[in-house]
Amino acid sequence: MAEVKLTEIRWHARGGQGAVTAAKLLAETALSQGQYFQAFPEYGPERMGAPIQAFTRISSEPIHIRSSIANPEIVVVLDPTLLKAVDVTSGMHEDGVLIVNTDDEPKAIRKAMGLKGRTIFTVNATRIAQETIGRPIPNTPMMGALVKATGMMPLGNLTDYVRKSFGKKFSEEIIEGNVRAVERAYAEVKAE
Amino acid sequence: MAKTATKQKTVAMTGNAGCALAMKQINPDVVAAYPITPQTTIVEEFANYVADGVVDTEYINVESEHSAMSACIGASAAGARVMTSTSSQGLALMWEELSIASALRLPIVMQTVNRALSGPINIHCDHSDSMGARDMGWIHLFAETAQEAYDNTIMALKIAEHKDVRLPVMSMHDGFITSHAIDRFEVLDDADVKKFVGDYMPKYSLLYNPNEPVTFGPFAMPAFYYEQRKQLRVAIDGSKEIVMKVTDDFAKLSGRQYGLFEEYRLDDADVAIVVLGSTAGTARYTIDAMRAQGVKVGMLKLRVFRPFPAAELAEALGKVKAVGVMDRSDSAGSLGGPVYTEIKAALYNSKQRPAMQGYVYGLGGRDTGPDQIETVVNDLVKVVKGEESPREAVTLLGVKE
Repeated sequence: MAEVKLTEIRWHARGGQGAVTAAKLLAETALSQGQYFQAFPEYGPERMGAPIQAFTRISSEPIHIRSSIANPEIVVVLDPTLLKAVDVTSGMHEDGVLIVNTDDEPKAIRKAMGLKGRTIFTVNATRIAQETIGRPIPNTPMMGALVKATGMMPLGNLTDYVRKSFGKKFSEEIIEGNVRAVERAYAEVKAE
Repeated sequence: MAKTATKQKTVAMTGNAGCALAMKQINPDVVAAYPITPQTTIVEEFANYVADGVVDTEYINVESEHSAMSACIGASAAGARVMTSTSSQGLALMWEELSIASALRLPIVMQTVNRALSGPINIHCDHSDSMGARDMGWIHLFAETAQEAYDNTIMALKIAEHKDVRLPVMSMHDGFITSHAIDRFEVLDDADVKKFVGDYMPKYSLLYNPNEPVTFGPFAMPAFYYEQRKQLRVAIDGSKEIVMKVTDDFAKLSGRQYGLFEEYRLDDADVAIVVLGSTAGTARYTIDAMRAQGVKVGMLKLRVFRPFPAAELAEALGKVKAVGVMDRSDSAGSLGGPVYTEIKAALYNSKQRPAMQGYVYGLGGRDTGPDQIETVVNDLVKVVKGEESPREAVTLLGVKE
């Protein structure tokens, strides 16, 4: 029997940037892949603009553990200003993956954070969102970057799911904007 | 999971959305509820079903939980199928109505999303709200996951309305941990739920049987009060059998078999943890890891807290050498948490009595990870090896000193 892999992701964002929606979308996409998942935000007195965290667990087998994620393998930062405000690498695996929404190169982030080990990915998801969706909400492009960085599923599965999921609520223009946002972030994300 | 002929759909939903869906599928006649975190999304979502016209429910907007339970009592006495939901201070505000609902033998189903009681004010999970209502004559069911919260809601209604039970039921799940996390679970077809719960035709009601008039809630002086309380005890003691009958019927429909409690790797265990709610999942995860290192540990997850399955628990736990009971609520001034003291009492006359230790954990949503479960197991192993005597005082896990 192959070892069951439990992937744990922590999302850092500011209230209003769509981290909870991203965690939810990822869970639903995982379901469409036949996987098990948990997606849960950390609830506190948050409001628009305040730092928030959300968590996702994904596994091919049922997930029993219910405590919060202390040692994530993957950390996704939706707002670069959080790098100075929050210890985003707290408890993170030594060989983990850090994905940051920023215009900076991965090397510059590594230097600024004094970070050793880990793989750093950067992409300007806010600009991509502005240019594709018309609003600076970085959550869907960051999903594209996450899929590229982790290889957790083929890009086509994610874009198919975005079409299916958004299709119920949004116009064709918004859906295709989101699909382009995912595809561009997938193509533009840089690694070090 | 056993295969059944029933078609089910796999969903990605929060526990609260699952509970609202179960309510929609039950289609109660009356819902009277007042929003309170973390229950709010249940009544919010259910209000959408009402507004969309997919249920026939009379949704009563009330100004408080006291009024919510009062309206539920009135509607249930009239003969309606009634549901509600609350948490924490909301349940506390219902207090004086809770004992009336059970004494009048009204089959009201209430989803109770467990949240710490104030104070200080807190919105996160512990079981102090429903444990505070443990002596109110309601049946208490606990869920570990969103799946169980959904399933228990459907079973709760059938148990409550059974002609030999006719008691209100609280169906608990953990605030935020289960209520707000998106989880994967299976949901039944609307038609299957409808068929399972069936039509509700109460034997006694104010409206259905005008030719057989009845009185609900008369004054009872010393000559009659005691006998009514006896009837309540007989009813709730006897409900254990019906709880299991409904549970077994539900297993035939869904393929998901539950019990009064679940035994996990308990057969050859030296030490056991007793826990209820979502922490059972973290305990299962930790037990697997410790078993891999050769520690003979198992778990007993309590699902039915009222009626308290004392004899069954004594038999199941009599097999092990030491038991640690984990309570997500304290009973300040008592020996320990409510589950601990009751299980200890249940084992007192038992021929095989394991050593017992009580633990309180996770108050006000304090995170409970595998490290805390390991601490309990390691403590128990020391007792079994004779390195330590069983502690008399309750241990508060994960508290800052």
